[in-house]
Amino acid sequence: MTAQQRQFLLYGLILLGGIAAPFVFPNYTFQIAVLWVMILFALTWDIMGGQMGYNSLGNIFFFGAGMYACAVIQIGLYYNVGEYTSAYGAVRVDFTPGQYYLGLVLGILASAVISAVFAVIFGWIVFGLRGPYFAIGTLGVAIAAGELVGAWDWLGGGSGISMPTYPGEPDARANLFYFLCFGSAVATFLFLRILYATRFKLAINAIRDDEAKAEAMGVHTLRYKIIAWSIAAFFLGISGAIYGNMSGFIEPLEVAFPTVTFGIFMVLMALLGGKGTLWGPVLGATLFHVIKEVTWTHLLGWQWVALGLLIIINVVYFQQGLLGWAQEKWPEAFGIRVDEDSSTANREQRSAAE
Amino acid sequence: MFDNLSLLGLAPVFNIQLLLDGLFIGAIFALAAYGLALVWGVMNVKNLAQGDFVIMGGYIAYSLAELGIHPIFGLPVAVVVMFAFGWAVYVLVIRRVIDRDLFTSLLATFGIAIVVQQTLNLIYGPEVKIAESGFAIRSALDNQLTVADIKLVSFAMAAALAIAVVIFMKRSRMGQAIRATAQDPRAAKIMGIDTDRVYAFTFSLNAAICGAAGVLIAMIWVIQPFYGITHSIRSFVIVTAAGFGNLPGVIIAGLGLGVAEQYSGFVMGAEFQQATVVGLLVAVLVWRQIQQSRIRQVVQ
Repeated sequence: MTAQQRQFLLYGLILLGGIAAPFVFPNYTFQIAVLWVMILFALTWDIMGGQMGYNSLGNIFFFGAGMYACAVIQIGLYYNVGEYTSAYGAVRVDFTPGQYYLGLVLGILASAVISAVFAVIFGWIVFGLRGPYFAIGTLGVAIAAGELVGAWDWLGGGSGISMPTYPGEPDARANLFYFLCFGSAVATFLFLRILYATRFKLAINAIRDDEAKAEAMGVHTLRYKIIAWSIAAFFLGISGAIYGNMSGFIEPLEVAFPTVTFGIFMVLMALLGGKGTLWGPVLGATLFHVIKEVTWTHLLGWQWVALGLLIIINVVYFQQGLLGWAQEKWPEAFGIRVDEDSSTANREQRSAAE
Repeated sequence: MFDNLSLLGLAPVFNIQLLLDGLFIGAIFALAAYGLALVWGVMNVKNLAQGDFVIMGGYIAYSLAELGIHPIFGLPVAVVVMFAFGWAVYVLVIRRVIDRDLFTSLLATFGIAIVVQQTLNLIYGPEVKIAESGFAIRSALDNQLTVADIKLVSFAMAAALAIAVVIFMKRSRMGQAIRATAQDPRAAKIMGIDTDRVYAFTFSLNAAICGAAGVLIAMIWVIQPFYGITHSIRSFVIVTAAGFGNLPGVIIAGLGLGVAEQYSGFVMGAEFQQATVVGLLVAVLVWRQIQQSRIRQVVQ
């Protein structure tokens, strides 16, 4: 079997597994749907963090922005948003199937575009910031967004919005949102796979390796940075819109802008799998989500402490991640040719540097 | 949203009240920010766990108060405990990230922050706590202006601590070694300074300063396990605005931030207080960026 055939087989198996999952494990549809959301998180974080070397701690902002944008559009098409949110879901508002689906589709599309526009606007503001300033600045934006939405009564404030109810059976609803999550994750992966085969990847890798030199070589760094962030924001907006509808109720601090949960998970998952690779985030997200779902409830409140410890251990002792480690161990399997002399020379150089 | 704005014009005494409260709290912000500037300048580590160290100090004072010991005596206890804690954190984590890229130290300290805040949450619960000092509250101008004695005491203690740290940095052997390492670690090493020990001491000193600041915060304000991140952001705002190695700048920025927060809390409502801090952070970062781009143009 050639490498290409093997790859096709792998993709086929994943697609098949993804499609069959909700029918084989109907009780775990929600958890598996969240797994796809997590994979999307890790992949979009890696565009900036792994490939471009800009470590954002606030990417979750686009998730929340997409979620709220979608909610406003779904409701605003047929009702007054202010009246709807001030009822706090106490008044049951029914949407006909036609209204519901139209609102959902328009909402998802619009939230993707709105998130991307936000990325362009914030890009102009924060991309002069380098290194730690960038990370802290983006973290600040995400925290501020949660606080501001929480104080904004028109959007339901701190008590949130109950999303329009799905006009149909609960099982059909679960499957619909499962396939939306699955589809968005697969679309993100395929898009990035194509994108990473172009000049674009070389340009953003050049920014990661040495931004000043890249600029001197004629790479229009600001444009590339903004485009990369908009791509991440576009897909995060979609996933926010889907996730908001899937959970049925949205609220600023825990669901829309959860900086210390999802916002940190995406960084950790990408690092765990190996940042700067296409498959690393997917691997890291899958591993993290499975471990989390299995052990979380048994840790009795200590899970968050364990999360912090996991971050420390991952960053301090195992920064290259699983795929990075595998690449170092078996470089031939990844198509990296190692010249015996240069590799020993490298090692000597590295040990001298240490 | 701006309901109280007219009140400020009608009753000028409110301004004095806000200004005083802002200065009292701002002095403590400046203290914590000075610790951050120290670690940042000497070790080039951006400590995102800064605010959580502060909150940890606050809980030490709170625990002592629960045992019947006056929280003011918590100050030396917090300094000693946090110094030891800082040393342990340095040996276990910081030592290994010190020469790595900037994001590594940032994320590692963020991990420490999560561990600290979640552990405090498990031990003390998520309620807002205060360490009661039991001091009297003075009032002036027909009870329109109130100043708690504890705020005056804490202001004096913050000032005394800051002066002690400054004298320590100027006069003592260790202080000189820290400053030498900040200037040029390699040269310092050649001159026989054990830089690893200097780094450990600097980080522990920072933790101790934070612990002391936390004791004061617990006495004049409130503490809660998850307030740490806001304190970290405050420290970053102050240090970024002032630039490190600029002690007067840190003091002015700290006091200014305290006053700005009191005003925004009064005018827009308490729920905007955190948003104000973060908004100021973004504003300061943007301002720095404009400044830098001007420098770049001059160079070009």
